[in-house]
Amino acid sequence: MGVEKNVLVTSLDWIINWSRKNSLFPVTFGLACCALEMMVASSAEYDIARFGAEVFRPSPRQSDLMIVAGTLTKKMAPVVRRIYEQMPNPKWVIAYGACASSGGIFKSYSVVQGVDQIIPVDVYIPGCPPRPEALLKGIIELQKKIQKETIKDRPLISLPGKSA
Amino acid sequence: MSDNSEFLKILSGKLSGAKIVPTPPGEPSAMVEKDSIHEALDHLKYDRDLSFNMLVDLFAVDYMGEEPRFEIVYILRSTKHNGRIVVKTRTGDEGLDTVSDLWPAANFLEREIYDMFGLPFANHPDLRRIYTPDDFVGHPLRKEFPLEGEDFDKPFVVDLEKE
Amino acid sequence: MAETKYMTINMGPQHPATHGVLRVVLELDGETIVKSTPHIGYLHRGIEKIFENRTYWQGQPLTDRLDYTSGMSNNLAYCLAVEKLLGVEIPKRAQYIRVMLSELQRIAAHLLWVATHALDMGAMTVLFYGFRERENCLKVLETVSGARLMPDYIRFGGLREELPGGFIDMAKSFIEELPGRIDEYETLLTENVIWKGRTKNVGFLSAEDAIAYGVTGPVLRASGVNYDVRKAYPYSSYEEFDFEIPLGTHGDIYDRYLVRLQEMRQSIRIVTQAIERLPEGPIKVDAPQYVPPEKEDVASDMAALIRHFKIMADGIKPPKGEAYASIESSKGELGFYIISDGTERPYRVRIRPPSFLNLGSVSKMIQGALVADVVAAIGSLDIVLGEIDK
Repeated sequence: MGVEKNVLVTSLDWIINWSRKNSLFPVTFGLACCALEMMVASSAEYDIARFGAEVFRPSPRQSDLMIVAGTLTKKMAPVVRRIYEQMPNPKWVIAYGACASSGGIFKSYSVVQGVDQIIPVDVYIPGCPPRPEALLKGIIELQKKIQKETIKDRPLISLPGKSA
Repeated sequence: MSDNSEFLKILSGKLSGAKIVPTPPGEPSAMVEKDSIHEALDHLKYDRDLSFNMLVDLFAVDYMGEEPRFEIVYILRSTKHNGRIVVKTRTGDEGLDTVSDLWPAANFLEREIYDMFGLPFANHPDLRRIYTPDDFVGHPLRKEFPLEGEDFDKPFVVDLEKE
Repeated sequence: MAETKYMTINMGPQHPATHGVLRVVLELDGETIVKSTPHIGYLHRGIEKIFENRTYWQGQPLTDRLDYTSGMSNNLAYCLAVEKLLGVEIPKRAQYIRVMLSELQRIAAHLLWVATHALDMGAMTVLFYGFRERENCLKVLETVSGARLMPDYIRFGGLREELPGGFIDMAKSFIEELPGRIDEYETLLTENVIWKGRTKNVGFLSAEDAIAYGVTGPVLRASGVNYDVRKAYPYSSYEEFDFEIPLGTHGDIYDRYLVRLQEMRQSIRIVTQAIERLPEGPIKVDAPQYVPPEKEDVASDMAALIRHFKIMADGIKPPKGEAYASIESSKGELGFYIISDGTERPYRVRIRPPSFLNLGSVSKMIQGALVADVVAAIGSLDIVLGEIDK
C-alpha cells in the first residue's frame, strides 16, 4: 500500500467547517408557537438527527446554535441577549418564524420587531409558524453558509464572551 | 338562576344600601355602586341562597370621555346551583377595593388591571405590574395609549450592564 | 445553633421544563419550598390591544396564537362570542363539524401534554409515542385548513368551506387506531413505579382551593369538582352528544394524568357520534351582510364579488352590545367577552385565559414541596404561555 491511499489532503478551513456544520448543538429554547414545531422537527416524523442537529442542550454553555422560535418581547429581549452571550464561539442563530424575523402580525408596544435588532442572525425562516420541514431547510442553508466560512473570522478556540 | 329579574330581586333583598341597576346582556347582570362592591360580592359569595363561590373573570373596560371612566366587570359562578352572573361597577382613576381576600384568583386578575389600566386596588397583597417590565411607562389598554407604543420607530437596544 | 437563612433560586425564563417563558422565584429552606413567586409577561404581545385596532375579521388570526396547542378551540370561542353579538343561529351541520374538530384538537393537545409531561418526569419513550399520534391527528386537522397549528377554519357564521373529500375516512381511521395507542401509554405509565412516585400525592390541590383560585379544566376535575362547560352551558349542540365527565378523587398530579387520558377516550366517543350523525345541509348561516359568498361565485358573479369586497374591506358591523361566550378548551374554560360599539372594530375584547388562572394556584400547590416537584406541578397544569401572557 502506497502512502497516497492513506493520506487525505485538505485545507484546514474545509475540515473545520465540515466538522462544525455537521454537529450543530441547538440550545433548548422556545419562546412561543414556533417552539412546538421545533419540537416536532426533533420527533420521529421529521428527525432532525439526519442533519446532525438533534442534541438539544439545556445549557447555552454547551451549544453553538440558537433557534429563536417565537415572538420576542421587550421583556424577554435582555434574557435572549444574555443567553446568546453565554454561548461559546463559534455560534450561529436561526430566526424561526415571522415573529422572530420581523415581529410578524404582532405590531404592538411590547414586541421587538425582529430578533436581529438584538443579536446577529444567520438564517431567517418565514412562515407563521413554519412547518418542521422549513426548519430542516433552514439548517441545510446554515450548513451551506458555514462551509463557506474561514477560521480567520471564527477562531478555532474561543471562550464565551462579548466578541461575536 | 337563569332569569335576570329573579336574580335582581334576590340581590336587592340581600343588599339594602347598594344601588342596583339591571344591565344587558344575556347573562343576569347588575350594576353596583363602587363603595358597596366589596360588600355586595361578599354577600354573593357567602350567602346560602346565592353562594357564588367561583370568580370566573374580572376585567376592566375603558370608556374614555365618560364619567366615571372605567367599568370593572366581575363574572361569578356558583358550583352549587350552576348559575353564572355578571356584576359591574364604575370607578375613576382612584381605583377600588380588592376582592382577593374573597377569591385568591383575584390576585393575578387585579394585578393585570393595575398593569393594563393603572387602577390601584386598596389592600391588595402584592400590587405590581404583571405583564409589562417594571420600568414600563404608561398603561397599554387605556384608550389614549398608542398601539405601537411611544418609541416604535427607534431600534430596540438591550443594555445588559443596566440589568 | 447558627441562624438559618432561606436561599433564593431563580427558575426560568429560559428553562427546559417550564413549557415556555415562565419564571418562578423560589425561596428554599434546604430543599423545601417556603415561598414561590411566578413571574409572567415574557410573552406579552398585547393581543387585547391589537384586537381593538383590527376589524372582527382581522382579529381571528390572533386567537389561533393564544393557546397555540389548540387553535380550533380558540377560533370556536371567538366565533361563538361574535355570533352572540350578531344574533345568528348556526346550521346543524356546521355545529357538528365544529364539535368534531374541537374534540380532535383536544386529543392533539392532551397527547402533547402526556408526551411532554412524561419527558419532564424522565420517561422519554412516551414523548416519541405521543408525538407520533399527535402528528396523525394534525394530519387529519391539516386537511380541512392546510395549516398544522393555526387553522382559522371556523369562521363567524359557520365554517370557511365544506369538509374536503376523504376527511371523514381519515378521521375514522385515526380514532379507530387511537384507543389502542392510549392503552400503550397506560402500559408504560399508569402502573409504573417511578411515574407513580413522581406524581402521586404531589402537587395536591383540594376542591375548595381549586374553586377559590378559579381553576378550571382537567385540573379542577381531578380535584373532584364536576364542572365542564360542555355540560354546564352546552354550546354548539354538545347537549346532543352522549359523553361522561371523568373526575379525580385526590387532586394530585396522578389524578390529572388519569383524567386527561379518560378525556381523550371520551373525545373519541364524541367524534364517533359526530361522524355517525353528521347531518346534511348548509355549513354557513344565511346572512349575506355578515358571511362572504362562496369563492366560486366570487369568480363568476359580479354581485358576489362586490359583496365579498364590501365584507372584507369594510368588515362586519355587529349591533351595539356585549356578549360573553365560553367553551371548554383543553386547558379549561376559555371565554371571550366582546363589547361592540356598533363599528367594524370591537371596542374591547377580553380574553379569559384558563391557563392564567390555573397558574395562580401553583404557589399554593408547591408550598412545602421539594424542588423536583416544582417541574412536576407546573407541567401538570398544562399551561401555555401564549395564552397566559396574551
